[in-house]
Amino acid sequence: MKLSLLAWGACLAVGLGSTLYAEVPAAVLKAEADRIAVVKKVRPSVVAIFAAGGQGGGSGVLISPDGYALSNYHVTRGAGDAMKCGLDDGKLYDAVIVGIDAVGDVALIKLLGRDDFPYAEMGDSDTVRTGDWSFAMGNPFLLATDFTPTVTYGIVSGVHRYQYPSGTLLEYADCIQIDTSINPGNSGGPLFSATGQLIGINGRGSFEKRGRVNVGVGYAISINQIKNFLGHLKAGLLVDHATMGAQVSTKEDGDVVISNILDESDAYRRGVRRDDQMVSFAGRPIHTVNGFKNALGVYPKGWRLPMVYRRDGQRQEVLVRLRGVHRTGELEAKLAGGNGKKAPPRPAPPGKQPEKGKDDKDGEKKGKDDNDKTPPKKQPEQPRPIPLQGGQPPAPMPEVVKKVYEKKPGFVNYYFNKLNQDRVWKNLTARGDFSKMDGAWELTGDDGRGNAVEFQIDDHKVHASLPLGESPLTITDNLSESPQPPGSGGLNVALYLWRRFLLLGPEKAGEVVYLGTFPMPGQTNLVDGISLKHAGVECHLYFDPAPNGGHLLAMEMFADELSDPCEIYFADYAEVEGRSLPKRMSVRFGDQIFGSFNLKDVHLNTKGEVAP
Amino acid sequence: MSNHRTSLLLAVLLIVGGMTSAAQAGESFASAVREVSPKTVKIFGAGGFRGLESYQSGMLISAEGHILTAWSYVLDTNYITVILDDGRRFEEAKLLGADPRLELAVLKIDAKDLAHFDLSKAEKAEGGSRVLAFSNLYGVATGNEQVSVQHGVVATRTQLEARRGVYETSFRGQVYVLDAVTNNPGAAGGVLTDRRGHLLGMLGKELRNSMNNTWLNYAVPVDQMQQSVSDIIEGISRPVQLQDDRQKPELALNADLLGFALVPDVLERTPPFIDQVRSESPAAGAGLQPDDLVLFVNGRLVQSCKILIDELERIDRADPVKLTIIRQQELLEMELSLNSSATGTKP
Repeated sequence: MKLSLLAWGACLAVGLGSTLYAEVPAAVLKAEADRIAVVKKVRPSVVAIFAAGGQGGGSGVLISPDGYALSNYHVTRGAGDAMKCGLDDGKLYDAVIVGIDAVGDVALIKLLGRDDFPYAEMGDSDTVRTGDWSFAMGNPFLLATDFTPTVTYGIVSGVHRYQYPSGTLLEYADCIQIDTSINPGNSGGPLFSATGQLIGINGRGSFEKRGRVNVGVGYAISINQIKNFLGHLKAGLLVDHATMGAQVSTKEDGDVVISNILDESDAYRRGVRRDDQMVSFAGRPIHTVNGFKNALGVYPKGWRLPMVYRRDGQRQEVLVRLRGVHRTGELEAKLAGGNGKKAPPRPAPPGKQPEKGKDDKDGEKKGKDDNDKTPPKKQPEQPRPIPLQGGQPPAPMPEVVKKVYEKKPGFVNYYFNKLNQDRVWKNLTARGDFSKMDGAWELTGDDGRGNAVEFQIDDHKVHASLPLGESPLTITDNLSESPQPPGSGGLNVALYLWRRFLLLGPEKAGEVVYLGTFPMPGQTNLVDGISLKHAGVECHLYFDPAPNGGHLLAMEMFADELSDPCEIYFADYAEVEGRSLPKRMSVRFGDQIFGSFNLKDVHLNTKGEVAP
Repeated sequence: MSNHRTSLLLAVLLIVGGMTSAAQAGESFASAVREVSPKTVKIFGAGGFRGLESYQSGMLISAEGHILTAWSYVLDTNYITVILDDGRRFEEAKLLGADPRLELAVLKIDAKDLAHFDLSKAEKAEGGSRVLAFSNLYGVATGNEQVSVQHGVVATRTQLEARRGVYETSFRGQVYVLDAVTNNPGAAGGVLTDRRGHLLGMLGKELRNSMNNTWLNYAVPVDQMQQSVSDIIEGISRPVQLQDDRQKPELALNADLLGFALVPDVLERTPPFIDQVRSESPAAGAGLQPDDLVLFVNGRLVQSCKILIDELERIDRADPVKLTIIRQQELLEMELSLNSSATGTKP
């Protein structure tokens, strides 16, 4: 009896166990456990963003231990320059706005008070495939009062999507389309790959007639695009997107051709003309107009990128310098002005035109209520950003934020620009102190063909002795029309500004701005860019960002906005009298190499030395 | 003891059986997407005004370019453009035929060696099955861009309870009800597959419940459509063409004799709506009403006023004519015939 009972029990146990096991196979259980582990790992990096007044907010994600976090511009715009950020530890941190990419709908903020923030690891969004699992985290509908993020799981519905500009500004190029549930409040939050790599920032959805809830079509800004902009964002700037100064169209045979090109664009100066076939841009083959917009839309203004075009069967590769989509000040004006201050226009509810001048909150509320009542009506509009909840006048800025915030026209937060200027300067001067060398700087050497060259630079003049002749330049208040030596594009002016920057530093050399980071041929990493404006000309200086680097790698001197700069590439740095100085200098202007100089002797004098 | 052994055996069997599907747990659908995408097409046609999208989705069902799609106003034009997954563009795709009861249509483009689905090899899905939906919802994809992919679960397979005031559609039949928001603008005609990319059905149109403002996401199972599709391909239910060499009888029917008038023929393809019905006419007797849309004449699809008029001219006055009409989302059939005196005039 006992035995049979036991046997029955064992049988029952096995039976039960096997049934359970059969319903949930081991692989499924493992997949579930993996998923839970990944979510647990990345969860601490997810930020719940609230406007300082406590009304409205969105999501974000930390990307570095010192507190830098990404979000959407349309989230921070409503939250103000100072905001409160909640993490899943239940704590609320002060945060400050750092940089904005309004066109790409990206904002960089910095959480304050710790240098050991948990952060997400950035992945490579170009490896994401349609059909891959992905998950979004954030604070949809601002549900979480304890800041623990909501997880929604789904798949990637499409990659390299181009979403037409909504309103006048916003453009989602090369974005990731997901069926992962994205709702209001998810905006600015992270999209993770199944393994927990940050692959995008969620920001847009197709909603149309079904009200403002998820319909299985969301869009995330690719993290690879954000990586291109990150250096500019950290510079405290309002970053602009880029244009090549040309339009493309698809021909009947499927080729993408240049249909229009501005003759003041760099592409035009590099030889690109109307009807040339666009073969590739920035390494991406171009087959469609959207493909070109995707390739271009992921880069900030000012970058130089390779482009391949074909004319009469001949392939040509050129480096093209991208200009800003907006003119100086235009972007600020758009954002600050009546139109720019508002959210990109969304369709007016039927029969009710939103009144001009009303703030976003009212407009959106109307839209929402009406969506529930009126018969559904399809809107021709492109998907629009997930709106912010509420929106109140910002509260006074906390003291801790005031310390890291500096308002200055043309900047989102000048404090961070200054921070980077100081960093670059500190890195540079670690290789030598130039501040006492206020006498003549003498560079002597040869042009690589045995001809002697000499440059003399001081406060009042620059004198170049070259095989093609003597080129003197007297320094005046306006150096914009000083192209000496002939064919160099203004090498003398560039050398004058080179000495001036090293001697005086960013504080005194002129109007100095840290521009962000740029690609440079021959460099694996992006390099730091600084702009110096003085005496009517603008000069860009590029520095090696490596902690043990700091060298000035190159500079470009723009005599005016519409012509090619004089480019100088410095190399073979060696120590001379306790300072690291270049022993080689290559000069380019447009498509020509002006000269390549071996500087055997670089001698910097103090004023005392020259005039004893 | 035998019980014990059986359950052990059962357990082992179940574990082994479960392994195959479990092997894919948590894995990407990227390979299924690669399989299916070349079999999807983007369709552009009529619409583009008053919130009516001028695009929808479709799937290739033969190597020679037969395309299964949803029957809709988008196809109400002579200029239906089909774009393949690789970006190849076919203008003036031919409408081979349509079955309004199943809301399906078959198009044909001139091509060969195309990747395609074989309808006879389609699978069936139970409630709870994980599925993928492929469509050009919102027209997101253009040119050679892949259509969008969504994932979901079959909630159930059931009869679509369509009636006035609830789900207003002329569709009659079984559907897979889906838990994902698949039936968006432009998604109709899209592909429903299982997790491995095997064909299950075709995504239906957007369907809103007018009582509670909810939307139904559904797909039509392939087994529902198969007969109708092969009838269309074999020419059994081809739409009527104007260039037709069938002989016209000396004394043919016309709308006036039957006692109805069509709406003014103002478009290239004016849908044949009934404008007026004369009282005490054969049309009135059969129950025809103004605003009825004529779909078939004697089982032949008529797509415009011109074609309907032409088709009537091919029917002898002595013969009855069977009309299939759509009235407020309901399909109705009726037979009209002239009185005996008309019959008597037969030569």
